[in-house]
Amino acid sequence: MKLRDRISYLLFFLLAGAGAGLTLAIFFFMVLLGRPLFDGATFDLLLASKWLPDRGLYGLLPFVFSSALIVTCSLLLAFPLSLGNAILIHLLAPRFLARGLYRLVSLMTGIPTVIYGFVGVFLLVPLVRESFSRGSGMSVLSASLLLALLISPTMILLFVESFAAVPKAHLRALEALGASPRQKLLHIILPGAANGLLAGFLLAAGRALGDTLIALMVAGNTAARPTGLLDPARTLTAQIALVMAADFDSIEFKTIFACGIILYLGSAGLTLLFRALVRRRHDPSGFGVNP
Amino acid sequence: MKIRCHGVVEKGLGLKVFLLLLMFGFLAGWAPYPAGAADGVIRISGGTAHIPVMKAAARVFMEKHPGVRITIAGGGSGVGIKQVGEGLVDIGNSGRRPTEREIEKYGLVLHRWALDGVGVIVNRDNPIRKLTRQQLKAVFSGRISNWRELGGVDHEITLCSREAGSGTRKVFWKKALEKGDISDRAQVVPSNGAMKIAVAGNPYAIGYISVGYLDGSVAGVALDGVAPTLENVKSGRYPVVRGLYSNTKGSARGLVKEFIDLLYSPVGEKIISGKGLLPVER
Repeated sequence: MKLRDRISYLLFFLLAGAGAGLTLAIFFFMVLLGRPLFDGATFDLLLASKWLPDRGLYGLLPFVFSSALIVTCSLLLAFPLSLGNAILIHLLAPRFLARGLYRLVSLMTGIPTVIYGFVGVFLLVPLVRESFSRGSGMSVLSASLLLALLISPTMILLFVESFAAVPKAHLRALEALGASPRQKLLHIILPGAANGLLAGFLLAAGRALGDTLIALMVAGNTAARPTGLLDPARTLTAQIALVMAADFDSIEFKTIFACGIILYLGSAGLTLLFRALVRRRHDPSGFGVNP
Repeated sequence: MKIRCHGVVEKGLGLKVFLLLLMFGFLAGWAPYPAGAADGVIRISGGTAHIPVMKAAARVFMEKHPGVRITIAGGGSGVGIKQVGEGLVDIGNSGRRPTEREIEKYGLVLHRWALDGVGVIVNRDNPIRKLTRQQLKAVFSGRISNWRELGGVDHEITLCSREAGSGTRKVFWKKALEKGDISDRAQVVPSNGAMKIAVAGNPYAIGYISVGYLDGSVAGVALDGVAPTLENVKSGRYPVVRGLYSNTKGSARGLVKEFIDLLYSPVGEKIISGKGLLPVER
């Protein structure tokens, strides 16, 4: 290797190492600061089924449940929507419309979540409250709808990109056989882009899991576990934001680190799941298409 | 004259925008501050009940000292105490007396400059304007969950409460609920401004707020026949009262001292009573 190559190799190695090191350091930092929580008696407190600090109950399970529920609902709403949109942009829409849609979606990826929260508080929440006879409008449903809106653009862009990465030659071959757009989609594009679809889906899931403001503003933040979509709920991220102001030495404050660890492991889990799935698929399309 | 306010916007942008931004004030509370307390900067954060007075006092102060910049952030009492203790701000406001442990740990010096009531509020469209203490306790513990049981419409009550570090919550819990339970079904909002939005926007909501924030957009509820007004706080008839504190790490010096002195001056007292609070002597 030339000297110059070596220097750049070293430089990039250090940068990558620093990035990876920071990520790991954050995890160890949380474990270290949250350590008082992990002796037997206190740990049991975290497993209580309720969060009632005034009565000495510090259960985090309702928040884990709420986070999982809101993320699942928003993905159920956003995935079909995004897939449909991506197919429209890539395959079905006339060129000018597809280009316009694509630009619009790109623009939407940049909207800060505060804006969605803002609109949600004044438009969506009253609408949800008036549409159903029960509840205050601050609910799992409102938060899921807004989160779906937040994560869809990212998914659509990734989907469109993975569609575009399907080799043109295969498509032309199919066209030559007189295939309809539907046949192209089902037999070439979707199988070929499966890894990309998976990547987009999991990235969106991670984003939904990590978002704080939308849930904080429109989900209502009740400590109790929600029993339906119209019930209010508090996510792990909102719990961190709300308890941040508590006294440093209190158990309430220390539970923040437990929440952080759960969120960290959750998103790490999603990433690992993605890698495992991609490896298992062994690219059955045989196209050598990578996300 | 320049005011840079985190979470506080000049008049004219509309009440909703102002209140909503107050709501985010608590997030802005975490934003990094310019390093080092330069001579011309006073950084303030913490309790949201203090903000109207802080804003007005900052304006007066900067008219006298055109070179000085004052930043005002929300965050809630807990954030104010923490940030001043760690030197992130010069003045940390709290709507409760910092605990002995907090005072000792950070070497805080307390400046109590006003008394503030914490009043129960409902939506303007709600006909209910008075509750007994027993009723209030039953509502907040969740034993009463429908307005019908209080003589109102047949609809579920939306309980609104505040986050763990809130001074308003602590005082309300101690003095209005006498340490009774707050149901875990209560929705939680992160500031006085957000509480006002939550209750003003929902006809079935009930919450509690600094009397300084009470205005026409929501309706105050009398507790055992005593309405949460400045007059009743002043006369001592209204029982749910707390001090508003501006805390400094060590004794206040220089500009910070001057700013705090302003709060105790006749001008300061006028600002304080103008914002619906009761000024007190040092």
